[in-house]
Amino acid sequence: MAFDPERRYALHPQVALRSEPFGALAYHYGNRRLIFIRSASLVELVRGLDRHPSAAAALDALGIPDQDRTRLRRALEQLEHAQVIHPLTGGDRCAPTS
Amino acid sequence: MRTDQLKQGLTAPICLTWELTYGCNLACVHCLSSSGRRDPDELSTAEAERVVDELAAMQVFYVNIGGGEPLVRRDFLDLLEHAVASGVGVKFSTNGALLSKAMAARLATTDYVDVQVSLDGASKSTNDAVRGAGSYTAARRAMDHLAEAGFGPFKISVVVTRDNVAELDDLEALAQGYGAQLRVTRLRPSGRGAATWRKLHPTASQQRHLYRWLSARPHVLTGDSFFHLSGLGEPLPGLNLCGAGRVVCLIDPVGDVYACPFVLHDQFKAGSVRGPGGFAAVWHSSRLFEELRAPQSAGACASCGMFDACQGGCMAAKFFTGLPLDGPDPECVLGHGEAALARVAPGAAPSPGPGHSRRAPAPGGVRPPDPARLLPVLPGPPPSSG
Repeated sequence: MAFDPERRYALHPQVALRSEPFGALAYHYGNRRLIFIRSASLVELVRGLDRHPSAAAALDALGIPDQDRTRLRRALEQLEHAQVIHPLTGGDRCAPTS
Repeated sequence: MRTDQLKQGLTAPICLTWELTYGCNLACVHCLSSSGRRDPDELSTAEAERVVDELAAMQVFYVNIGGGEPLVRRDFLDLLEHAVASGVGVKFSTNGALLSKAMAARLATTDYVDVQVSLDGASKSTNDAVRGAGSYTAARRAMDHLAEAGFGPFKISVVVTRDNVAELDDLEALAQGYGAQLRVTRLRPSGRGAATWRKLHPTASQQRHLYRWLSARPHVLTGDSFFHLSGLGEPLPGLNLCGAGRVVCLIDPVGDVYACPFVLHDQFKAGSVRGPGGFAAVWHSSRLFEELRAPQSAGACASCGMFDACQGGCMAAKFFTGLPLDGPDPECVLGHGEAALARVAPGAAPSPGPGHSRRAPAPGGVRPPDPARLLPVLPGPPPSSG
């Protein structure tokens, strides 16, 4: 499934996040992968994802300037691909038009 | 840059090896920890559980448990389950001799456990020459048990030597046959390996073959141990740096903390988990680790165009062959190590000492188990006292 900024995301339940001087290390207990997150703002974003109705709202809440949004959105896409974050299902989808 | 950030150290190790016991039923000629006899001072069950709790608090994601043979400890499965329940995954290495059908079944039901069965040849003769008579059969029996129990993809762990490098394809086929993953690591001149390294380490042409073989097989695990080959072309997958004291360290069976699993020597002892502040204090503030995290001199390698690729190679390999730590790896792919080795005076290399090797004749064979040391390992309640 492609990353959809209008969906609500959360840290994957099998992933542990450990703060490091450069950002954080994520470890996926399921696939045993270690992922480097090399940006403090990305770490903050990931940790708070599930408190917002959508990934886009989480970006808004952090006051991410427009020029950084593309980069962070792309990073979230990669983290979803690596199963560090996952979309929450059911009525969690933020549907602005309905 | 990622490598620089890692060199300055992390809040906790990524790759923590924990040798639970010096006891072993085998006497492999390359044993990194010169294992054989248990040490009477090994961490008790309660002490080991406290270490697990501390690792959990530091968010160490997983530990690599080895020895010696970890299954020699009767509390092994309980410690394993305590670690997993605390959120610390376990990867453990075993020679398989004590891995019974019942144990395989118990392991198969435990999450976050990886099992590595050591095997140093695709044939009995190649393997047993290094690991001792009967060790091939025992390892294969353990693999059969794991497969029958539905454990899933366990790992077959091979130390690459001059004698087994030609069997890598067969080892890969063996792993595939079991649905297992192949893991190959580098032979180090550490422990009993100090005495056997010169005749067992791969030749220069074998190293080139190994590099090509690994490059074509990114799915083969290496524990990041062949970064000294990176000067041959594109770097192999992995961090490609010496992680000693930076991302890696070792806790030995008596709780001493060393910079990496390959340098069990006083010079690389950083402290003890039994000291004030426990493991965290050693990791965060031991002088040795601070030194290892400080910028290192490239020394004799500074003028070499390949230094960025190989980073001068493995500290332990240099140390135990008597080479300066700021110079080429003994297996430098450009041949600088060979030249440097020729200048090391006989007997000048630091000795790893006898360690816990049994005081029996030449190593390399399976000893009859000593019942006082080697109790049967059965799944069941822990001993009543720790």
